[in-house]
Amino acid sequence: MDNFLTLFETYNVPAAFWVNIQLTFWAAVWSLVLGTLLALMRISPIPSLQWLGAAYVNIFRNTPLTIIIAFGVLGLFGQLQVSLTDDFNLNFFRLAILGLTIYHAAFVCEAIRSGVNTVPLGQAEAARAIGLSFLPAARLIILPQAFRGAIAPLGNVLIALIKNSTVAAAGSVAAEASSLMKTMIEFRGDLVIPIFFTFAIGFVILVIPVGLLTTWASRRLAVAR
Amino acid sequence: MTSEPQPSTSASSAHPLVSLKKVNKHYGPLHVLKDIDLEVARGEVVVVIGPSGSGKSTLCRAINRLETIDDGEIKVDGKVLPAEGKALARLRADVGMVFQSFNLFAHKSILENVTLGPVKVKGMKGGEAKELGMSLLKRVGVANQADKLPAQLSGGQQQRVAIARALAMKPKVMLFDEPTSALDPEMINEVLDAMVALAKEGMTMIVVTHEMGFARKAADRVVFMADGQIVEQATPEEFFTNPKSERAKDFLGKILAH
Repeated sequence: MDNFLTLFETYNVPAAFWVNIQLTFWAAVWSLVLGTLLALMRISPIPSLQWLGAAYVNIFRNTPLTIIIAFGVLGLFGQLQVSLTDDFNLNFFRLAILGLTIYHAAFVCEAIRSGVNTVPLGQAEAARAIGLSFLPAARLIILPQAFRGAIAPLGNVLIALIKNSTVAAAGSVAAEASSLMKTMIEFRGDLVIPIFFTFAIGFVILVIPVGLLTTWASRRLAVAR
Repeated sequence: MTSEPQPSTSASSAHPLVSLKKVNKHYGPLHVLKDIDLEVARGEVVVVIGPSGSGKSTLCRAINRLETIDDGEIKVDGKVLPAEGKALARLRADVGMVFQSFNLFAHKSILENVTLGPVKVKGMKGGEAKELGMSLLKRVGVANQADKLPAQLSGGQQQRVAIARALAMKPKVMLFDEPTSALDPEMINEVLDAMVALAKEGMTMIVVTHEMGFARKAADRVVFMADGQIVEQATPEEFFTNPKSERAKDFLGKILAH
């Protein structure tokens, strides 16, 4: 037991989790933005936009996240010299956020679309009937109700995102939790099982409140009909 | 409303406010509107009746292009219905619509439901819109519910709010698509009363309904539809006492038997 506790003196586990929380936060914000735009494209009356939105979702939802993240480092940075900042480590961090965003935006889009399906067609018809065109109708009438109907599926995307933030390891973000776990196991093979449990429990502790919160919010904010 | 001058925008008031010429629509193999010709004059109240599936709702919804048509021409106030985009939105702002299922914006308060159009479509100031909204809510008798959400109101109240919401845009013509069909019987009259009042004030109205009492009381003309066609049209008095077509006789026989 003492052996186990010394691990926390040698390795800064909370700091590693903090990196995952930051990855998650930024990827969540950006994928919400991108996912909303994609959902708008998919419900828009313009066929070419619908097609583009559908193509995006079908490509990135069906590509393994590891490949997207690795492409960020090896393809974008390594081959194409794309750099999001001059700071070497921050660049990997941002590329990882980019990869997480691109991947999860597809899921956010579909979650929002499921929310749109909870909004009766009559709402859109009434909006159009008073003279609102597509964008104002979407912004004022459809999306506000759709988001409230999409809280639970969006929560699921967030939960997946929290855990998927460990894939940033494939994008050379060495400070994040699963990378630290690998390092710890390398040096303290005698404690491999407690180390695994430490990180597993860490993620469970991060994720449980998200599930509780979204379940509560989806009931609290449900649109009464 | 009577004190307000009639909106006399384009040209003279000689042309009909709403006109349909040779309008056709298909749902797949089903021919739901067959060569519909209809003209509605300014201030006229036209009631469209007919059996289910006769195309009367489709006709009503086609007038503000919630349903597209295959061919023919629909004009509102002398202008052909635009295909899509801003011009269509502008035309819809001039055509009030009341739906069978009310369709109040579920996440907005009653007052917001009424003020949203004037503020977001016409750019009216918030205070002014609120005043207008409250006066319209008072007119349909639900001013005391202004801060509630639609789901907290009865069906009859919701439908009256929907009428106020449409009126807030100061429409040239109001379309009613079976406005009382989703209501409990005891709530039908409160909605019909609001509609009769509107008709008396000179509003141009096209009303799809099964309420023969309303047709008798408020309509200038009854249009009888069956199988996608206008079978006959006449004054209510004439139509109910002396229907000409077999189809209309049969229909009236069925609904007036009890």
